[in-house]
Amino acid sequence: MLYAILCYHEEDVVWSWSKEQDEAVMARLAEVQGPLIAAGKMGPSLRLLPTTAATTLRKSQEPALVMDGPFAETKEQLLGFYVIEVEDLKEALAIARDLASANPGGAYELRPIGLYNPDRRGA
Amino acid sequence: MSEVGGLDGAWIEGALLAARPRAVGALLRYFRDLDLAEEAYQDACLRALKTWPAKGPPRDPAAWLILVGRNAALDGLRRRARQQPLPPEEVLSDLDDAEAPLAERLDESQYRDDVLRLLFICCHKDLPNTQQVALALRIVAGLTVPQIARAFLVSEAAMEQRITRAKARVGRANIPFAAPDANERAARLFAVGTMIYLIFNEGYSASDGDYRQRLCADAIRLGRLLLRLFPAEAEVMGLVALMLLQHSRHAARFDAAGEVVLLDEQERTRWDPKLIAEGLALVEKALRHRAPGPYQLQAAIAALHARAARPEDTDWARIDLLYAVLERVQPSPVVTLNRAVAVSKARGPAAALAMVEPLGASLAGYFHFHGLRGALLWQLGRGNEAKTAFDKAIALAHSAAEAAHIRRNLDRLMAGAAAPR
Repeated sequence: MLYAILCYHEEDVVWSWSKEQDEAVMARLAEVQGPLIAAGKMGPSLRLLPTTAATTLRKSQEPALVMDGPFAETKEQLLGFYVIEVEDLKEALAIARDLASANPGGAYELRPIGLYNPDRRGA
Repeated sequence: MSEVGGLDGAWIEGALLAARPRAVGALLRYFRDLDLAEEAYQDACLRALKTWPAKGPPRDPAAWLILVGRNAALDGLRRRARQQPLPPEEVLSDLDDAEAPLAERLDESQYRDDVLRLLFICCHKDLPNTQQVALALRIVAGLTVPQIARAFLVSEAAMEQRITRAKARVGRANIPFAAPDANERAARLFAVGTMIYLIFNEGYSASDGDYRQRLCADAIRLGRLLLRLFPAEAEVMGLVALMLLQHSRHAARFDAAGEVVLLDEQERTRWDPKLIAEGLALVEKALRHRAPGPYQLQAAIAALHARAARPEDTDWARIDLLYAVLERVQPSPVVTLNRAVAVSKARGPAAALAMVEPLGASLAGYFHFHGLRGALLWQLGRGNEAKTAFDKAIALAHSAAEAAHIRRNLDRLMAGAAAPR
């Protein structure tokens, strides 16, 4: 079963971490990810640049409207995501718990993936 | 670590830092006194450090800090009021109706104006630049007085005095607290952008590596905050992009001895790819608006440098074009001098020298004018004139590194070497 673990967090807080604090969190996350990668359970993991760098294509009119900023104003922003391959939701939740303890605050949304195309560049 | 709290020091510190502009801004609107607002915020932070690890984080840290800070300050005012004459009516009048204006105070719609007002107060036009920057670092970014003093290479006492003076002047200035109209907002935005860039430049040129990092990072954080408030302002995108692209080179800009390494000689693999990616994304977004301003143009120039894997891959022709637009938007002899560097690379030294010569009257006392003029004359085989120009440059150098760079050129010129292109 493929799941996406979507990482939501307050962007202002995360981008206020100093370089050292940020690196410490990343190092703790890497410890959680290591065994999962070795077990072949972890696919791509991506960290998104701030929503201030985002552009939104809105389809409500023709031609579609290009706007600055994120799709929705929310208190917590989508800051990154993982793709994992697990037996069931229970295992996915266990992984999310481990990630959560390495990276305090925020929330994870676990979303089953219906179709998955691995990296097809150069294919 | 417990799952409920899940809080560590880094998270709390980040949350306090991120909430600071909004919380101090709201407290300032409430108390209309910078000192009182800052004290209230600090009080709230102390309580947060005690409460949050035990009870878990509040849903909205900024709102929590505003409420707790406001109540703590009101308590303090009440206590003092028993011994002292009453505070001014506008402070007292709110004492008894704590509940009613609660919703209004935490209204998200005020958020933008609170933060903007706070930033604007720090860049008040009556304050000299040094005081604006010091006040912003203290009030908005939350640096301590000793930290700011170290960054500016002045004594703590002198910095304390600078900040106190700035606060006093702001207090006398009678800042309007009504929400600014569109024109006023645009004017403020420009002033705030300038102040943020001043902070960045203070950091960019700081000699202490830690302070360089800290000030540049704070300026970028404030820039991103401003962009969150005004997501469609092309010049704010340009400002943030410019800072990101310049800061992306921080690891390569100095050698082991702490001397400045020039752009052409920097190890480009040490440039920070994450900052470059964000900077390039913002430049592209900004230019889509087709309203190029000085920050966007400078960011676009920095972007062309960032895109070049090697110095010889630099697209000098496009940099020349961008400088030409910048000259129109923001004419200055220094901009023309910078353009001449691009012209010499794209069209040769003769075209560049023709552009540089008329600047002699206004830039006679400017190190870089004589340095570039000397290099161009050398490339054109006019050795004697080049030597005179280099001599003038050395006399005007601000640092040993600047002088040493010209002296190296001079030595090679005297030894009959060919001019570097």
